[in-house]
Amino acid sequence: MNFNFINLQSYSNPQYFIYLMIALIPMMIGLYHGHRFKTYEAIFSLVFLFLIFDGVKWHQGVNLIIYLIIEFAITFCYLHYRKVGKNKTWVFCLAVILAIIPLALVKIQTAFPQTQVHGLLGFLGISYITFKTVQVIMEVRDGAIKKVDPGTYLRFLLFFPTISSGPIDRYRRFKKDFDNAPTRDQYITDMRYAVRYLFQGFLYKFILGWFFGTYWLPKISKAALAVGNANGGLKLSWWLLAYMYCYSMYLFFDFAGYSLFAVSISYFMGIHTPMNFNMPFISKNIKEFWNRWHKTLSFWFRDYIYMRFTFFAMKNKLIKNRIRLSQVSYLLLFGIMGFWHGLTWYYIVYGLFHAIAIIINDYWLRFKKKHRKQVPSNIFTKCLAIFITFNVVCLSFLIFSGFLSQLWFGWK
Amino acid sequence: MDTKKEVLSILKDLTSEDLSDKMDENIFANGLMDSMASVQMLLNLQDKFNIDVPVSEFDRKEWDTPNKIVAKVDSLRNE
Repeated sequence: MNFNFINLQSYSNPQYFIYLMIALIPMMIGLYHGHRFKTYEAIFSLVFLFLIFDGVKWHQGVNLIIYLIIEFAITFCYLHYRKVGKNKTWVFCLAVILAIIPLALVKIQTAFPQTQVHGLLGFLGISYITFKTVQVIMEVRDGAIKKVDPGTYLRFLLFFPTISSGPIDRYRRFKKDFDNAPTRDQYITDMRYAVRYLFQGFLYKFILGWFFGTYWLPKISKAALAVGNANGGLKLSWWLLAYMYCYSMYLFFDFAGYSLFAVSISYFMGIHTPMNFNMPFISKNIKEFWNRWHKTLSFWFRDYIYMRFTFFAMKNKLIKNRIRLSQVSYLLLFGIMGFWHGLTWYYIVYGLFHAIAIIINDYWLRFKKKHRKQVPSNIFTKCLAIFITFNVVCLSFLIFSGFLSQLWFGWK
Repeated sequence: MDTKKEVLSILKDLTSEDLSDKMDENIFANGLMDSMASVQMLLNLQDKFNIDVPVSEFDRKEWDTPNKIVAKVDSLRNE
């Protein structure tokens, strides 16, 4: 079956923004006058969602609907369970596991294409919706969320500007914005940011991202493969180094550009979707890097895996030594992050690489704290720190890119 | 029980620094506290004040200075 509908992927080309801006106008007029037209917003979102999942992507759309029914059932059953005053740990774990199963199956399917049933399960953005659902279940467990309004929840999960790749918002934060219309002054400020982010996004994604990713990267890739194969051994070459930097720049500008679009369109809709990037390459250490790079994802992992695991482990005295516990938690966090990216060696190595980097960084921070007087701190050491961090990060992105797999084993 | 005194003593255990004259300093920005230390702080606060502070309620922005922590604890104790 194949319908001849137009299919529009979010932010994929400049025309998309024209359609989007026209459709946004009534909403903007409403917000400017202090009204949020929720019905119009719903129709608008539905149309643009339909455009993502129609035509050749129709089976993804079907998967999305089935997925939503499952996740709704899990969330509301668990919410009901908590409302009647019960709070068993195993029920909570079961709810989280059930919520993650569809995503886990999709990841396994992608890794083993022979098991794949064509078009089953997956759809664009399944990861990001799963993050949101798990977050809600965990906060219901903590009693921080006592009531979930089904309509708001649906809009939160399907919030169209962020559907495909985040940023990952939080339910309670989203609801606060969604239930209110901003004041006029606030909305004018929002629009000012929205326009700025939009143009910054164009610069990042369509100009810089294009240069690094579409223009240079294939050329460098070809050269690195040719020279590497001629050299033999580990197939290293200066071109590989060039690939590392070029890919890192591409990854940043492409993803940061996309995230800027998502934040910009959210601001036009009077929703303050959190920013995803904050100048990651000026970080002085890996810890700071993760506070600046793909922030909503790393904060999700921090709040819902790292902190919860350490809390649980400390309370039950599983690991007494605080330093050891933080190391175990880092391995867990980045291990899961690696697996989440995909069941391939280079994603998993990427995760473990960051875990080890952050563990070493912690040793250094402790050493520095103890020897505060001996360790110099000046503009030179700061630049050195930024330089080292930048290179460690770029090396991790080289691993992440899968290019090494292509270079060494001939597959990606 | 004096909240301020107890909070400062918990923070001193965690950061090995006396913060009584730095009540408005951002203790995450200056590297004294991290996620690990916050979890320990939450557990210590629970023990000391017999309050319930789940991780969900821990929004860094609301807990990033000694003064804010004292205010948070006071409001949770009066709940």
